[in-house]
Amino acid sequence: MTNSTTSDLGLGAVFWITLKRDLLLAFRRRNDLVSPLVFFLMVATLFPLGVSPEPKFLSEVAAGVVWVAALLSTLLSMDGLFRTDFDDGSLEQMLLSPQPLALLVVAKICAHWMISGLPLTIMSPLLAVMLFLPDGAMGALVVTLLIGTPTLSLIGAIGAGLTVGLRKGGVLITLLVLPLYIPVLIFGTGAVQAAASGLPINGYLAILGAILALGVVLAPIAVAAALRISVSN
Amino acid sequence: MHFESFSDLIEMGGHGPYVWTCYAIAATILIYNIVSPLLSKKQFFDEQTRRLKREQRISNSKS
Amino acid sequence: MAKSWKMPKWFYQLGSPRWFYDISSRLLPWFAVAAVLLLVLGAAWGLAFAPPDYQQGNSFRIIYIHVPAAVLAQSCYMLMAVAGAISLIWKMKVADMVAKSCAPIGATIAILALATGAIWGKPTWGAWWVWDARLTSMLILLFLYIGVYTLHSAIDNEVNAGQAGAVLSLVGLVNIPIIKYSVEWWNTLHQPATFTITEKPKMVPEMWVPLLVMVIGFYCFFAVALMLRTRTEILQREKRSSWVQQLVEGK
Repeated sequence: MTNSTTSDLGLGAVFWITLKRDLLLAFRRRNDLVSPLVFFLMVATLFPLGVSPEPKFLSEVAAGVVWVAALLSTLLSMDGLFRTDFDDGSLEQMLLSPQPLALLVVAKICAHWMISGLPLTIMSPLLAVMLFLPDGAMGALVVTLLIGTPTLSLIGAIGAGLTVGLRKGGVLITLLVLPLYIPVLIFGTGAVQAAASGLPINGYLAILGAILALGVVLAPIAVAAALRISVSN
Repeated sequence: MHFESFSDLIEMGGHGPYVWTCYAIAATILIYNIVSPLLSKKQFFDEQTRRLKREQRISNSKS
Repeated sequence: MAKSWKMPKWFYQLGSPRWFYDISSRLLPWFAVAAVLLLVLGAAWGLAFAPPDYQQGNSFRIIYIHVPAAVLAQSCYMLMAVAGAISLIWKMKVADMVAKSCAPIGATIAILALATGAIWGKPTWGAWWVWDARLTSMLILLFLYIGVYTLHSAIDNEVNAGQAGAVLSLVGLVNIPIIKYSVEWWNTLHQPATFTITEKPKMVPEMWVPLLVMVIGFYCFFAVALMLRTRTEILQREKRSSWVQQLVEGK
């Protein structure tokens, strides 16, 4: 990767091209776009049905339910992150390209977040209203999801990279990634609950931001290594 | 020795079942970790000797 | 790579499966004897001779299994990740096999720590499971072990399986401090501080000396189990090589 500066395209241009390509591909398959969102909605519907429709109870668990639903629906869409590129061979082209693989990975993860995490965040107030989340916590929920879902995409991409060459990658990715999601879940729901009881949430947001920063720096390297291993399989 | 008698040691002031279950689980898990590689090693040698004999038989019948 | 530096010779020798096989067959008896002696001594001491805890009575004797198991489960993960890193960087076969052998041992030891923790919880807290910070992080550690183990068994190619497992265990290693911190923090938020028993009182020497014996005994046991597993792994992967063939013929 030493000759990346001598190639025709600058790093920024490559980033944009990859991002645009992935977004375009995603919009050509609209069903895949919508299904994680519907899943998000359905999981959140199951809780009142399965546990209790009592507004008081629901308002207590709302933060956790929305977060867990967001986490699961991110995981659901994670498996497809590198799968189609692996199947049609464009992943190998990316590995061979003179640009650093980690940068391409960041672009792909960014695109993935824009089509999964961002819509989830935008849709979350709707679920929060259905689950009687206190009004004061609504802003906190949106902000934590806004910071937390990119982290989920970054960590999930490591699992996706490791399992891309495998036939039953879908289940395996859940096993690999869910334990790593726990800190994000804890601080995300913690912030919303703190906001619901009128406490300041700056500290939580700072920690979530720190985890995101760590993820942005380290995860692409791990994903790039994972992809090289998987493709050589 | 902290306990008066052997039955005291088993009983442990009512906590016996908990304590002894723990030690039993520990023994099981430790022994499993020793026995399972030994078994697979034995299996490996069995397989390889069988393969060796088969190859010898084949080369004998050829010559 | 302007500067080429070398690791000491023994480091490269470690990379030779045959060398490891020979040296481990010499070390194994020593560690095995030490493990048996220490574990029997420690268990007898802890079960029969240590004084009971003034709060928990005799159920306190579970500590002599629980704490060594918990300590070992964590160090085993460190070793797995470090061995994985060594195999990724220096392409060292033995390190890869050590990392692979760590996963099942570590998982069973984590199960042991969890089981003893749960059983200890019943007489102490009155419940089999309490969402105590340490128990929860041990549970997550078990999940991480299971992930690495499943990934290993899902990939057919041994080299790729080793590398993938190494990447995952390194990612887990970065995550472990974050998980530990977050779980502890979460615990203080959710748990009413009724269980002050988790705050260990100062232990008298009659209590902690057997504990120390047990911890060292568990480490010796771990060395034995790890060497045994790695040796089997070496045989299976090197079965085409002449020295393994000679071993088989010698049997």
